[in-house]
Amino acid sequence: MYRSQKLSLRYYTAAVTLFGVMILFGLLSALYYLYPSMLFNVFNFSTSKILHIDTLVLWLLMAFLGAVYWYLPKELEHEVVGMWLAELTFWVFCAVIAVVAVVFIFVQYGPANDFTLWFINQGRKYVEAPRWATIGVVAVMLAFAYNVIATCVKARKMTGIMWVLALDLIPLVVVYLDAFSYDRNMSTDLYWWWWLVHMWVESTWEVLIGCIMALVLMDVMGTSRRIVEAWLYIEVMLVLGAGILGLGHHYFWIGTPQYWLSIGGFFSALEPLPLLGMVVHAIYDAGSHRLKTTNRPAFFWITTEAFLNFIGAGIWGFMMTLPQINLFTHGTQWTVSHGHFAFYGAYVCGVIAVFYVAKQKTSRAGMLDGRAWKWSYALLNIGMVGMVMGLLLAGMAQAFFGRAIGGSTLMAFTTASENPWFVSGMYARMLFGLLFAAGYVVLVYDLLTSPKRVATLAMQPEPA
Amino acid sequence: MTNENGDTARAGLGGDLADPIFWRAGAISTTVVMLIILAFLTADSYRYISVGGINVPKYDVINQHIGYQFDWSRHADVPVIGSSEPLFGNTVTEAQAAELIRKGKLVIQSRACMDCHTFFGNGAYYGPDLTKSWLDPAWEQIWIPMTGKATREDAMVEFLMHPDQYPTWNRRMPNLHLTEDEAHATVAYLKWMSAIDTNGFPANFGPAGKQP
Repeated sequence: MYRSQKLSLRYYTAAVTLFGVMILFGLLSALYYLYPSMLFNVFNFSTSKILHIDTLVLWLLMAFLGAVYWYLPKELEHEVVGMWLAELTFWVFCAVIAVVAVVFIFVQYGPANDFTLWFINQGRKYVEAPRWATIGVVAVMLAFAYNVIATCVKARKMTGIMWVLALDLIPLVVVYLDAFSYDRNMSTDLYWWWWLVHMWVESTWEVLIGCIMALVLMDVMGTSRRIVEAWLYIEVMLVLGAGILGLGHHYFWIGTPQYWLSIGGFFSALEPLPLLGMVVHAIYDAGSHRLKTTNRPAFFWITTEAFLNFIGAGIWGFMMTLPQINLFTHGTQWTVSHGHFAFYGAYVCGVIAVFYVAKQKTSRAGMLDGRAWKWSYALLNIGMVGMVMGLLLAGMAQAFFGRAIGGSTLMAFTTASENPWFVSGMYARMLFGLLFAAGYVVLVYDLLTSPKRVATLAMQPEPA
Repeated sequence: MTNENGDTARAGLGGDLADPIFWRAGAISTTVVMLIILAFLTADSYRYISVGGINVPKYDVINQHIGYQFDWSRHADVPVIGSSEPLFGNTVTEAQAAELIRKGKLVIQSRACMDCHTFFGNGAYYGPDLTKSWLDPAWEQIWIPMTGKATREDAMVEFLMHPDQYPTWNRRMPNLHLTEDEAHATVAYLKWMSAIDTNGFPANFGPAGKQP
């Protein structure tokens, strides 16, 4: 095992831990909708929500870094260059997250001055972490970029996947620089903020997970490099071809010119295409393997990733992306429904597959299967789909009664939030959220369980 | 299509469709073209979204009356800038207005308003959207009587400083300890923001906004 793969296991541990923290604050945030007086003036909804969405970004990012550190030496047949730096930045990353979390929990907010932006809270959704911490994140990303590029140079080897990954590091770092911005004009502020949020989540990250999935497919399914690389390029072409101007679907209502309604509507309507391509690919791969594999959990999570990415990001996004509809659905729980489904389908499923790849290798299990992973697989998927449906129901009530009929005033917002559809949607979300949390607990149990037991359970002869 | 080993391929569109190099060229050229288009559109969008641009008024618009009306030529609700109506009864210079807005934005970020509310529909969905909140009829109908203040802006300041004392329903706004200056600046910010042309979002906003 390479040294960088040991580091990658540490990244996975941190990621899984933050995944749990995210779920915890997700459940708490959901609870405020049912019991609004809970912790009032002590620990408000906003703080809980910040911890929920920021840990979301961080745990996925940590899992991505872990996955790249896992595959980098394998792909290049060379130990990662600058491992001391990689190990140091891991601890820096953890320390930054811990300090920011403590400040969020105990300080929460500050007076309206630069000190608050530097040391307490920047208050821009997803970029709440104070500026000093964003410097830390940039340092981590730069060290990561150095590791990747220096290893390619030292190994004197460059594969197609590595080219895509290396080039993707540029926007990954550059776009993040908007995390330092303070702009008094809300329109220009949000214009660039969307470069950060959209270009990370709907472009750069999609390409990054595409690279990781390409490596996983070769590893778990034994797909040939030629096929995987051709698909990766097609995916990059479609993701960036539709996604770069698909950015326009965030530019409908922020003061931007009217032509963004057409451009954003058109290109974001194309965004499901690459995701559909992934589904076709997954069916093809699954069929060609007749569902036979030595790592059943990873195999199932990869296939699920393809389907739910298409449904959650593709269909759920398309459902509300045309401006005529978005005028009423924008900024409601409908968006939340799409957000949950898209993140889950596009990233979470793939990342769980990566965890199982590592588990199989570290446990030296010839065949990875068992009962626990099936329970967590079922609970996580049912929990997520249930939450998504509950949120959709609530969001539709808001779009119809709050926006279309009520006109988005305070009274309209209140009326919609007291609508039985909204209320029952919120209860459903809470219930399925608990199922999701149970799935997480089983997942952690399964990832940590002594592999031998699982291996013996699974070592049954396959029918020829 | 290719077989499992990827070694049989049909040529088409002038290239070998199973050849990664063919798709690499496609990926690079598509990305470059899209980025160039985005750069041009961004430059053009700045003519609209800069302060004093086509859609975003100068900060001293807070000295004027702001309405929100359906425009038949645009088929959307648009802000209508009216006659003089100074905020808190004081006409401010452009520099003073800019300073108020700077402070107001700092309040919005330091209190993480966006993690309960939305601006232009972006943020969190626990509290109402604030895009046109300056024009919300609730100030006149609910908070002026409740706070006993004479004007909308004074009622807003009182509410922002002690939101927990003026609940309108079970989801209350917590007290985020705004100073009076900070509350003034926030009100100025909300008034300025309501004058931004947002292509008709939110649609059909309350009756108070309909008055020219």
